[in-house]
Amino acid sequence: MASTPKLSHEPFEKRSILLLVGILIVVAIGGIVEIVPLFLVQSTIEKVQGMRPYTPLELAGRNIYLREGCYNCHSQMVRSLRSEVERYGHYSLAAESMYDHPFQWGSKRTGPDLARLGGKYSDDWHRIHMANPRAIVPESIMPGYPFLVETKLDYDNIDKVMIANRRAGVPYTDAQIANAHADLRAQASADGGDLAERYNKATARDWDGKPDQITELDALIAYMQMLGTLVDFESYDVDASDNRR
Amino acid sequence: MAHSLVSAPNLSRFASYLVFGAGALMSLVLWAFAEDQTMTVHAMLFLAFFLAAIYWVAGRQGRPPVAQEVDGKPNYNEAVVKAGVIATVVWGLVGFSVGVVIAWQLAFPALNFDTSFINFGRLRPVHTSAVIFAFGGNALIATSLYCVQRTNRTRLFGDGLAWFVFWGYQLFIVLAATSYLMGATQGREYAEPEWHVDLWLTLVWVCYLLVFLGTLIKRKESHIYVANWFYLAFIVTIAMLHLGNNMAVPVSLFSSKSVSLFSGVQDAMIQWWYGHNAVGFFLTAGFLGMMYYFVPKRAERPVYSYRLSIIHFWALIFLYIWAGPHHLHYTALPDWAQTLGMFFSIMLWMPSWGGMINGLMTLAGAWDKLRTDPVIRMLIVSVAFYGMSTFEGPVMSIKQVNSLSHYTDWTVGHVHSGALGWVGFVSFGAVYCLVPWLWKRREMFSKRLIEWHFWIATAGILLYITAMWVSGIMQGLMWRAHDELGFLQYSFVETVEAMHPYYVIRALGGVLYLTGAGIMAYNVYMTIRGREAATQAAPKAVPAE
Repeated sequence: MASTPKLSHEPFEKRSILLLVGILIVVAIGGIVEIVPLFLVQSTIEKVQGMRPYTPLELAGRNIYLREGCYNCHSQMVRSLRSEVERYGHYSLAAESMYDHPFQWGSKRTGPDLARLGGKYSDDWHRIHMANPRAIVPESIMPGYPFLVETKLDYDNIDKVMIANRRAGVPYTDAQIANAHADLRAQASADGGDLAERYNKATARDWDGKPDQITELDALIAYMQMLGTLVDFESYDVDASDNRR
Repeated sequence: MAHSLVSAPNLSRFASYLVFGAGALMSLVLWAFAEDQTMTVHAMLFLAFFLAAIYWVAGRQGRPPVAQEVDGKPNYNEAVVKAGVIATVVWGLVGFSVGVVIAWQLAFPALNFDTSFINFGRLRPVHTSAVIFAFGGNALIATSLYCVQRTNRTRLFGDGLAWFVFWGYQLFIVLAATSYLMGATQGREYAEPEWHVDLWLTLVWVCYLLVFLGTLIKRKESHIYVANWFYLAFIVTIAMLHLGNNMAVPVSLFSSKSVSLFSGVQDAMIQWWYGHNAVGFFLTAGFLGMMYYFVPKRAERPVYSYRLSIIHFWALIFLYIWAGPHHLHYTALPDWAQTLGMFFSIMLWMPSWGGMINGLMTLAGAWDKLRTDPVIRMLIVSVAFYGMSTFEGPVMSIKQVNSLSHYTDWTVGHVHSGALGWVGFVSFGAVYCLVPWLWKRREMFSKRLIEWHFWIATAGILLYITAMWVSGIMQGLMWRAHDELGFLQYSFVETVEAMHPYYVIRALGGVLYLTGAGIMAYNVYMTIRGREAATQAAPKAVPAE
C-alpha cells in the first residue's frame, strides 16, 4: 500500500474492528471531560447547613412522585434568573439535590416549579388539590389523583429502599434504618415520637385528613411540604470562596 | 471431532436449549419470589418468551443449515427484515396514537379520568418510548440489517441470533410499556425502564452488535459503505450511554424498584449526557445511516461527496457527546460545564449541515424526481426538516435563548420537528422502498396514497410545530414579564390558560400525522397482500394462452 497517502481514511473502511475502536475513542472523550470533574472538583456541591436525607415517609412520598411521573410536567430547579427567583424563591443549589437518587430537576414546566413548594400551601390545600386540581385552580390542566387518599401506603420495603440509598452514598445511620417503620408511622401521626432526633426539621402530623390510616397521600404531602425547606439560607454565604462556582 | 453429534448445528442447538432453558428456570424463580406486581407480570412475560424460544428451536430441528449463497448470489436474510418493517409500522401506529391521546389530555384534563394507569404522567413515557425505541428502534434495526447485507454482499451473520435480536427487542418494548403503566419507572426521561429491563436490553443490544459486526467482518466488499459507519456508531454509542446512565442499586433481586447510583448534579449531567445523545445517536446517527442508504438508492445517484461524508461523520460523533449540558443552563450545574455544552452545541451545527448537504445534493441532476416520486419527496423533505431542526437546536442551546425557551413548549416543538419531520419521514420513505423490494412487488399498492400520506402528514407537522412555537415563546415571555411597578405580571396559571388553543391545534396536528401513518399501514398491507392475488390470478391466465 505504498501508494496510499499518509492521511488516508482507508484503514477505517477496511477494518471493521479498527472502525469500532475509533468510534469508541471519539465518543468517549466528551463525556469523560464533562462528567469526571463533577466528582473530583470539591466546589461542585456547595457547603450548606441543614441538608439531611429524606425521612422514611418523605422517601415513600418521593417514590409516589416518581411512580406517577410528576417530573414530566414539574421541574425542581429554580434557575438563577430574576423572574424565577421572584416567582419561586432562592435559586436552587446543587447541595439541595445531593441526596436525590435520581435527581428530579425536570425539563418541562407544564405546571410550576416545585423546588420550593414546601410550606407554600396548607395540607388541606394539597388534599383538595390532589383529589381534583380544578376544585382549587379552575384553569389547571393537571390530572386528578383521588385514588391516592383511598390507597393504603405500602411501606413494607421502605427500610430496604433506604439501604439501597445508603449503598448509593446517602448517609443513613444504622439507627435511622432500624427505626424506619416506626419513624414512618410516627411522622404520619400527630405524635411524632423521637423522629426529630433522627431527622432535623422533620415535622409530624396527619397529612391527609384521615388520621386512622396511613395513605399514599400522607406520604406525598409530607414530601411536598418539605421540598426546598432544608437549607438554612440565613447561614448560607453566597460569596464564600467555597460556594463560588 | 468428525462425529456428527458434535457438528456445529447440533452444538448451537444444544447451547440454545441450555440458554433458553436456564432463562425459563430463572423466570420461574423470579415469578415465585417476585416482590411486586410489575416483577410478577414481567416474570410471566420472560417465561413465555423463553418457552416460545425453546419451541422455536425445537421446530427447526432436522432442517438443513441455511445456504450462504444460492446460484452464486448471496442468500440474503430477508425474513427478519420483513418482520422489522411490519413491527415499525405497527409500533408507529401505537406510538402516534398514544401521542395523540396525551395531547388531548393536555387540552382537556378530564381525559385523564382520575385514574392511575392512564394519567398523563404514566402515558407520556409510553408515548416517548413507543415512538423512539419501538417505532424508531425497529426502523433502525430493520434497515440496518438490510443495508449491512446488501452493501457488503453477504448474508447476515447469525440466523437464530438475528431472530433473538428481533424478538428480544419486542419483549423489551412490552416490558418497558407495561412497567410504566404499572408505575415502575426510574424517573429518568427516555431511560425510564427499571434495572431488570435495562439488563435485558443490554443483552439484546450486545447480540445486535454481534450480528451487525459479524456481517461486516465476513463481508465480500473491500470497503465498508458509509451508511454502515453511522449504523455502527449508533449501536456502539447507544450501548455506552445505556450502561452509563442506568447504573442503579436494586432494592432487591426480586423487586422492580431501584435507586440510581448517582445523585443530584452529577446525576443530572449523566442523564443529559445520555438524553441528548439518545437524540444524537439514536435519532440522528442511526437515521443518517438510513439516509445514506435509501436516498442514493431511491434516487439512483451516488452520494454527493465522499470526502464530506468522512469529515461530517467523525465531527458529528465527536461533537455530539459534549452537547448535553445545554439542557441544564442556569441550573446548579457548574458554569464551566454549561459553557462547554453551549460551545459544542453551536459547533455541532456544521457537521449536522454536512449531512444535510450530502443528502440533498445527492439528488443533483435528478431534481425532477421530487415531482414524480412521492417517496423521494418524503426522503428529501425529511432531510430538509433535519437541516431545520439542527439549526434550531444550536440556536436554542445559546444560554440567552435557552433562558426563554427552556421548560416551555418550544422545546417540545423543536423535538417534534426533528421526530415527525426527520425521523418519521425518513423511516416512512425507507418503508415505502423496502416493502416492494422485500415482498418482490413492482411498486407500492398505491402511489396516490403515498401522496396523500405525504401531504396530510406534512400539514400535521406544520400545525404541530407552529402551535408549539407560538405557545412556547409566549409562555416564556409571560413567565418573565414584569409590570410597570416591577412585579411579575402573570400568575403561573394564567400562562397555562393561554396555552389552551395551541394545545388543541397541536392535538389536531397529531391526528393528521396519525391519519397519514394509518394510510401508510393500509398501503403496506395491500402491497404485501397483493402478491397472493397476483399468483392466484396467474394460473387462470396460463391455460387461456
